[in-house]
Amino acid sequence: MSEPATHSGLSQWLDERLGWHAIKELALHKRVPMHKHSIWYYVGGMTLFCFLVQIVTGIFLLLYYRPTAEAAFESVEFIMTDVKFGWLIRSIHSWSANLMIFFAFVHMFSVFFLRAYRRPRELTWVSGAFLLFLSLGFGFSGYLLPWNQLAFFATKVGTDILGQIPLIGDWLLTVARGGEDVTGATLTRFFGVHVAVLPMISTFFLLGHLALVQKQGMSVPIGEQYKKTRQMPFVPNFALRDLVGWTLALGILVLLASLFPWELGEKADPMASAPAGIRPEWFFCFMFQTLKYIPGKVWFINGELLGIIAFGLGGAALVLVPFLDRRAAREEKHKWLPVIGWFVIVYIIVFTVLAYMP
Amino acid sequence: MKMTHSILRRLLVAICIAVLGAFVLPPQDAHAKPTGNSCVDCHSEMPDKQLSDPVKGVESDIHHAKGLGCQDCHGGDPTKGMAEGDPELAHNPAKGFVGSPASKDIPGFCAKCHSDVEFMKRYNPKLRVDQLLEYRSSKHGKLLETGDGKVATCVSCHGVHGILAVSDTRSPVFRANVPGTCAKCHAKAGYMKQYGIPTDQFDLYKSSVHGMKLLEKGDLAAPACNNCHGNHGATPPGLTSIAFACGECHANNRDFFNQSPHKEAYAKMGLGECTSCHNHHDIAKPTDAMLGVGERALCVRCHSQGDKGFETAAKMAVELDTLKLTLTLAHELLTRAERGGINVRLGKYDLHAADDALIKARTAIHYFDFDKFHEVSGSGVTEARQVITQGEEALHDLRIRQIGLGVSVPIILWVALALYLRIRRMEREKPF
Repeated sequence: MSEPATHSGLSQWLDERLGWHAIKELALHKRVPMHKHSIWYYVGGMTLFCFLVQIVTGIFLLLYYRPTAEAAFESVEFIMTDVKFGWLIRSIHSWSANLMIFFAFVHMFSVFFLRAYRRPRELTWVSGAFLLFLSLGFGFSGYLLPWNQLAFFATKVGTDILGQIPLIGDWLLTVARGGEDVTGATLTRFFGVHVAVLPMISTFFLLGHLALVQKQGMSVPIGEQYKKTRQMPFVPNFALRDLVGWTLALGILVLLASLFPWELGEKADPMASAPAGIRPEWFFCFMFQTLKYIPGKVWFINGELLGIIAFGLGGAALVLVPFLDRRAAREEKHKWLPVIGWFVIVYIIVFTVLAYMP
Repeated sequence: MKMTHSILRRLLVAICIAVLGAFVLPPQDAHAKPTGNSCVDCHSEMPDKQLSDPVKGVESDIHHAKGLGCQDCHGGDPTKGMAEGDPELAHNPAKGFVGSPASKDIPGFCAKCHSDVEFMKRYNPKLRVDQLLEYRSSKHGKLLETGDGKVATCVSCHGVHGILAVSDTRSPVFRANVPGTCAKCHAKAGYMKQYGIPTDQFDLYKSSVHGMKLLEKGDLAAPACNNCHGNHGATPPGLTSIAFACGECHANNRDFFNQSPHKEAYAKMGLGECTSCHNHHDIAKPTDAMLGVGERALCVRCHSQGDKGFETAAKMAVELDTLKLTLTLAHELLTRAERGGINVRLGKYDLHAADDALIKARTAIHYFDFDKFHEVSGSGVTEARQVITQGEEALHDLRIRQIGLGVSVPIILWVALALYLRIRRMEREKPF
């Protein structure tokens, strides 16, 4: 007859099966370096917090959402008006999505400027870059789901860009839309991608990213590692500080949801003319605005295609940063890299603001 | 040997050019082939365009499409003439050949079929057969009777050969094309000089609410010339019949006007019922400023301070403004609540009814009686106020939500601060 389950008994039980004591020891002995840039370590945690909020609120929304052109708008309206606290869940889901992408960008730039991607953390950076792309994918696919007028036409414009890609453009467009035009078939596809495909891939990349962070530990910026840096225990000191970051993220989220409830707008009407001032979500605006400024033809190349190629190369360069920055591996400072980073930040801000100007 | 090769090469090139040339050239016009119809075969070859054009035009003609031929209007024998080389065999008076009718004979020429009930039933049972009677009663028809050859006959509006169905957008009598068709004669100052009537109707109409709807927005519900003047029986409506013309569409306005004190007064003064305030060809989009005693109000043209009409106009204008302001507030409240994520579906439904009351009130102005007007506008104000109450309740709910969330923010911040202080204390007690 087995002994009644006590705390130590449970710990023993888990240790036999999962090696619980080894995990506990690892956590208790893990140290995080402390220096003047340590604050940026917490942004990754805040991004993760938003992702978790997305999962929880997304599951709640799934209980009522219906992914068809006929019922999608009405089901979101039902969530917002008839379901108890449905308005809050949807508003938090929408704001948390935007905050997650914002924190992901901040996290990426902080890692970039601190050059925390250098050897041996190249794969941590690459997995992080893919997670950023996946977040953008979540944003793009989720935007259409309420099936409102603005989302419908923004998706039309967004997917039109796919059609510009040479050779496979038409095929890609048809695959993305589930036909020639944005219809209920597109909505169903986007829903499937949003709630099944992207979460599955993201979970894979996220677990990999977190495992790599644990394996490699936190990076110390170039120049700081020669100083006598203090080491902070991960448990409980860093974990509690991370919790402060999560709590602040929750505060921002609640504040935004209360001051600016997420609107639903009018139901999508494919027969209506496109509403004025149509633009994608803010995180795509810098690309959208750039494409607007590129002339129809640049020499003999289609202007839009040129823009798509440029952003494609930009994305590839982002993934390959650790391999392009050879000096980082030698722990040397780089003269131009911070300039490029700041140029990209200013470019994104200026073009996003321009997209929102009347 | 060398020469043979050269010839062969050239021959090959020539064949290629011939084949390619034949391929790129469009196929020969099928209509150039003899049809067996001497009218078509002969007239299509004629150098005089006046004689050859009817053959081209007739291809799109509604009569041709229904299976009628040249001989069905012009008489004659299309089986004769071409083979024999004698056109006069086709132009056989014994076979009813009448040729091209004179302008004065055209109405009767068309009416041979179009006034024949039995005949018309075979082709278009719903088409009226009284066009000739109507035409004879029209100004055009009456002038034609006097021998005036300049007036419009059937072909002036419908075309000669190539007549299209009225529903065909290319037809000159398709609703949106009617004003332009009438203007072909009525806007020509020189052509109309002898009749002594104005020629600015088309310009006035174009700038009117009806003209802009029909010609610019393509709204086929908007009236063209014929909706007020009639088509085959076109005649200028008399002073007393203008209201009937307007009332065809604006039925409530007409009915309310007929019950109003203005009905009798206008008749006594010899004023046009609708046109006195709204004009006729240049009917502008009515505005609320037309009512009342303000600078742009029309009521003050006849009424002055102290008389009952002046007082009624002032009261009605105030009441209409009240309704509009109440509706604006109701819309604003619901919009604010909806943006905040509050369910306002019922409010919006009720607001539609209140919005309808504004439309009805604008029509009820034509009672020119405050009590009757108030019955309509007052109910609109009551409905709008009910919506305002709903909007205020919705905004109250929104405020409660915001307060709830607003209260939770300091709590969350307090938790963050407490955590931070806990960390500080912990690290003071147990430094790492």
